[in-house]
Amino acid sequence: MRVNLTVNGRPQEADDVWEGESLLYVLRERLGLPGSKNACEQGECGSCTVRLDGVPVCACLVAAGQAEGREVVTVEGLAEYARQRSSGDAGDTPDLAPIQQAFIDAGAVQCGFCTPGLLVAADEMLEHNPDPSDADIREALSGNLCRCTGYEKIMDAVRLAAARQQEAV
Amino acid sequence: MDFLRPASWEEALAAKAEHPSAVPIAGGTDVMVEINFDHRRPEYLLDLNRVADLYEWETGEDTVRLGASVPYTKIMENLRSELPGLALASHTVASPQIRNRGGVGGNLGTASPAGDAHPALLAAGAEVEAESVRGSRRIPIDDFYTGVKRNALAPDELIRAVHIKKADGPQQYSKVGTRNAMVIAVCAFGLALHPGTRTVRTGIGSAAPTPVRATVAEDFLNAALEEGGFWDNGKIITPSVAKEFAGLCAAACNPIDDVRGTASYRRHAVGVMARRTLTWTWESYRGARRTSEGAA
Ligand SMILES: Cc1cc2nc3c(=O)[nH]c(=O)nc-3n(C[C@H](O)[C@H](O)[C@H](O)COP(=O)(O)OP(=O)(O)OC[C@H]3O[C@@H](n4cnc5c(N)ncnc54)[C@H](O)[C@@H]3O)c2cc1C
Ligand code: FES
Ligand code: FES
Repeated sequence: MRVNLTVNGRPQEADDVWEGESLLYVLRERLGLPGSKNACEQGECGSCTVRLDGVPVCACLVAAGQAEGREVVTVEGLAEYARQRSSGDAGDTPDLAPIQQAFIDAGAVQCGFCTPGLLVAADEMLEHNPDPSDADIREALSGNLCRCTGYEKIMDAVRLAAARQQEAV
Repeated sequence: MDFLRPASWEEALAAKAEHPSAVPIAGGTDVMVEINFDHRRPEYLLDLNRVADLYEWETGEDTVRLGASVPYTKIMENLRSELPGLALASHTVASPQIRNRGGVGGNLGTASPAGDAHPALLAAGAEVEAESVRGSRRIPIDDFYTGVKRNALAPDELIRAVHIKKADGPQQYSKVGTRNAMVIAVCAFGLALHPGTRTVRTGIGSAAPTPVRATVAEDFLNAALEEGGFWDNGKIITPSVAKEFAGLCAAACNPIDDVRGTASYRRHAVGVMARRTLTWTWESYRGARRTSEGAA
């Protein structure tokens, strides 16, 4: 079947999609967007986290056909998404969203496999909760597993992004 | 495989009537796991995401009519005071990403003994509104679970909504697992005080082939509370009564040994949760009584 959807602001069309296929497969294998990672295909790890009509979901558990006509944001579109949120439509898109820069600055990336999902989830939390407590951060990221960092640097990165976001306003 | 995309409830019912073997997919958090791992290759997938009615809820005088696809996140955010037990149970489900997609309709469809909505629904009191092109009926929650991962739906039926009694007293939900997030219950316990009818209801998860109520324990406790005038005098429940109640709840279990826990551990844990949830809810009932008496 054919699936039409908007990904990172661009209309996309995927052909020959198998009816049981996941949105994650469509993004990675049909639309050339391998940023969202596939680590478990059962909702456990969160490395495939994307926004579906704004809501963070595991792309591996959304049937491709369920994404028909809907808006998806992946890590590839995060910088643009964050820019639009903070400055409206004007201006150039920086290479990295503030949350991405914070992950680099805090040393929160090791193998990087969990990172795209964590970035999407953390960015969404900061959109709704600009001043999160540590408990808020842990709760928001509880669906994202990381096997490398031990999470402390990830906590640092999200605190850093929150602090920078507050300075900016 | 065919992907059916009804745009309305009527179309969904018609599609299910035409293809009774079609597997409905709502949040997909159970169905997609099975498809990804090749455990299931349905001939038809029946996507319910476009059926807007299923995402709505209405709060009536005595009940909440909860659309089958309302995600757990919305229940936690919007129905905490009407459905405190279900809101607590919802919060223990998996992770934010899963709670944004999964809902009670899917939990009932799967009817796993470990599903977290079930003990809360059993304790609160609920009816499942099932519909087909033949008509609509209400299935009492006590009759809904018919076996391990089996429910009372006919092949052509879909769940439209769940009618859940609005809380008329404190409710609690307790779950044993190895960590806080992303954990299937080793066992779980829901308890609701119903001061309106002077009854206590329970729900046990993951400790029998289906979710069950501990009816013998409920009967014992209801009689003991009535006899001691506890609902009126608001006294602390006698420890021997709480202990007997906990023992009867443990006895209501029919658990198995599996990778998550042994049968005897489950029985023990259900007893502990029964005593704790009774104490917590009774304390808040007494607190509410004191405040209302103080104000009067
Ligand atoms: C990583 C992970 C962790 C999980 N943790 C938990 C947990 O802690 N607690 C818990 O209870 N569950 C857990 N689950 C299971 C799952 O999230 C829940 O059972 C959820 O409620 C399913 O809802 P859904 O909308 O996603 O269902 P779907 O997957 O869409 O459907 C589930 C079943 O219900 C049927 N169905 C759906 N809607 C209807 C309808 N309207 N009428 C008739 N049948 C219908 C489907 O055909 C299917 O058989 C977890 C799942 C994953 C992937
Ligand atoms: S790949 Fe989707 S949650 Fe792990
Ligand atoms: S950095 Fe390797 S899994 Fe998180």
